[in-house]
Amino acid sequence: MKALRTYVGIDLGSTTTKAVVLNDAGEVIGRGITNSRSNYDVACQVVREEAMVRTRFTLTRQAITGDPALAQVEKAFLSSLQRNFRFRQHLDQLARLREALFRAAGDPRHSAHRRELNTALESIVDGMVERAGLHFSELAVRKSDFFRDLATADYMQLAEQHSDPRGITFDMLCGLFDAAILVVENAIAQGSFETQLRGALEPTLASATLAVQEKASRLREVVEATCGAQIVETGTVGTGYGRQRLPFPKEQIRSEILCHGLGAHAMFPGSRTVLDIGGQDTKAIQVDGDGLVVSFQMNDRCAAGCGRYLGYIADEMNLGLHELGPLAQQSTSRVKINSTCTVFAGAELRERLSLGQRREDIVAGLHRAIILRAMSLLARSGGVRDEFTFTGGVARNPAAVDALRQLVQENYGERTLNISADSIYTGALGAALFARRAAQANA
Amino acid sequence: MRSFDLLPVLPEINALQSGMRKLSGDYIAEAEKHGHSEDVCTYVKCDIGMLKKGNIGPTGERLPPPDLLLLSYTGCFTFMKWFELLRQEYDCPVAMLHVPYQSEGRILPHHVEYIVQQLRTEVIPKLEAISGRRYDEDRLREMLRLSAQAEDDLVWVLESAKNVPSPIDAYFGGVYYIGPMFTAFRGTAEGVSYYRVLREEVAGRLRAGLGPLTPEGSQGKERYRLVMEGPPNWTSFREFWKMFYDEGAVVVASSYTKVGGLYDGGFRHDPKRPLETLAEYCMGCYTNLGLPTRLALLERYIREYRADGFMINSIKSCNSFSVGQLLLLRQLEQSTGVPGGFIESDLVDPRYFSAANIKNRIESYLQMLEQKRTGVNA
Repeated sequence: MKALRTYVGIDLGSTTTKAVVLNDAGEVIGRGITNSRSNYDVACQVVREEAMVRTRFTLTRQAITGDPALAQVEKAFLSSLQRNFRFRQHLDQLARLREALFRAAGDPRHSAHRRELNTALESIVDGMVERAGLHFSELAVRKSDFFRDLATADYMQLAEQHSDPRGITFDMLCGLFDAAILVVENAIAQGSFETQLRGALEPTLASATLAVQEKASRLREVVEATCGAQIVETGTVGTGYGRQRLPFPKEQIRSEILCHGLGAHAMFPGSRTVLDIGGQDTKAIQVDGDGLVVSFQMNDRCAAGCGRYLGYIADEMNLGLHELGPLAQQSTSRVKINSTCTVFAGAELRERLSLGQRREDIVAGLHRAIILRAMSLLARSGGVRDEFTFTGGVARNPAAVDALRQLVQENYGERTLNISADSIYTGALGAALFARRAAQANA
Repeated sequence: MRSFDLLPVLPEINALQSGMRKLSGDYIAEAEKHGHSEDVCTYVKCDIGMLKKGNIGPTGERLPPPDLLLLSYTGCFTFMKWFELLRQEYDCPVAMLHVPYQSEGRILPHHVEYIVQQLRTEVIPKLEAISGRRYDEDRLREMLRLSAQAEDDLVWVLESAKNVPSPIDAYFGGVYYIGPMFTAFRGTAEGVSYYRVLREEVAGRLRAGLGPLTPEGSQGKERYRLVMEGPPNWTSFREFWKMFYDEGAVVVASSYTKVGGLYDGGFRHDPKRPLETLAEYCMGCYTNLGLPTRLALLERYIREYRADGFMINSIKSCNSFSVGQLLLLRQLEQSTGVPGGFIESDLVDPRYFSAANIKNRIESYLQMLEQKRTGVNA
């Protein structure tokens, strides 16, 4: 079988690391995302593997859709196969977490209650394994796809049940988890794709409909072929705030400004102004008709008004980040907030709550404040031209989008506002496109 | 002053030297302890802090208290407040030379008369009183002659950057070229010989096809030719410079190197008109120019020095330089078609130099230039 040539872009952000895989034709065939953790090298490897796994799933899908005999089974089979695959990955990681927890618990300072501690940990991890199935059931709504997030939520709940203020305390259990989760996160070995996929295949077939089961032997062949497919990474380009840490040679590293410009152009060819609000920086970029950057402005060393600000506000209000926007949208009387200083955000919030202002009105004011800051950068970069593309994690927040739409309308008039559901991958996509161009230019 | 055998101490130069010597952070903290606010000119705070910490100057020796405070401010109005503060610290006379702003973009005859009159009635009498010497115009003429001689060589060196590739860096390297003339050696024989040696050295580099000299040796291939607006950052001067030369960026012309006079615009000290020429010198300093004049100068640099781009280092605590810089950026982009870059740092407050952020912007900007040059397939 001919090897598949791929081009990989990696965007090492302050919060998450993203990867995009393109084929020769420039089509996205795989994507991956992971939390950037404390170790950029690991994040980079994890996200690359993740994107390659998805690439193999894309190949599987292409093989199935390309086979007339399998026409009807594609969707049901593939989503079930992916869920089973993820479930197996999750179980593998839980097994590693169990090991890491017991290793951490083996520390001599815990020797006084070794037996109770081991029993508690055993029960907690057993509970996590039991719950794991729920996360990957057909109807499950996962708050996050990151193992760290899922495991933390489950562990904390179970640890509360299994702790005892007079014996094995909750704090003690948390401490062990903090140590163990780092070990799990920073280990790369995921077990080979082939083993995992083969393992996922049989339960998928066993629980499938008769229509799918009838094609079992053909589906096994397809999956085998995917496992054996040779994928070559023909070109790689890294970008993002952590790009200096990427283990690539210098010529394979591009500024995220250029990558965002090109990525936005690929998603929306009409883009002329691009706004990216990420975890710790905001960028206003002007591009030409080819996606080449004409000018740009970035926030200064202070990250006030970036994505992390909303993160703090959400934490302060005990909300998930994704709940913040919808809450703000319920506002009927927006509060005027001038400061976007992240450090003062908590105090500002509490002060306003104590004045009797409503949560949704305050949060609506906070959203507008960060967008006002972005408007100033946009003005500095040369204004908002048509079409206007909004990217980065904050583009997924509906209240931020509302505020932006309104302020752009007021200041610049009617503009087409583009937001892609995949906007978080804009930088990685641009990087992958650069990798492809470079490889094709050298060929 | 020199013609009266008086020695100048320049607080601004002391501040930047303290910045380069990594002392300014402590000095600024000291000034803040005495009640100076965080957001004002960091040169002022650095100078006040140095004074409060024993007035140890850049040479490592204690500076003697001054006999006279001579204030001649050109375009920077903060100087007036600065010297007010110094007056509170030192019990000594003050002479103030008021330099009119070039609001119409050129020097008018009554401007010159106004300054000459102040020199005659205010500055010279005070210098005579302090030094106990009579004003010696012949001595002044001789100094002006020496100064003009060195100025010729300085201009030759600065304009050598019109060559492609350039043998000098006219911003980071430029600081060392303007240093002697803008500070202690103007109008001296030592100054003349420094600029002669410098000119010969640069001519040699040019003949040998060598690029600018950096702290790490000769700069490699010239990849980008830039014009810089705004002063450099002093606290991380080397690090800042490295961000440019590591990427093959050479600054071929800069406005900062004109804060002590626009010699490349044709100005020379003229021994025939000693006081008038001093008046014209004061008014011609870069900071005393209005935005349209600055714009025209930068435009000229971008064209004549065949720059690929221009970059503005906007100084957080310096209003006289920073006001209007974004407007300059837009107008320059429009009139020259050359893209501009914008970075922010400070003169001598180390807290305002965020290396990762600045490096990110410089790299992004240079990659943008590269992409502009090579098109989509960059």
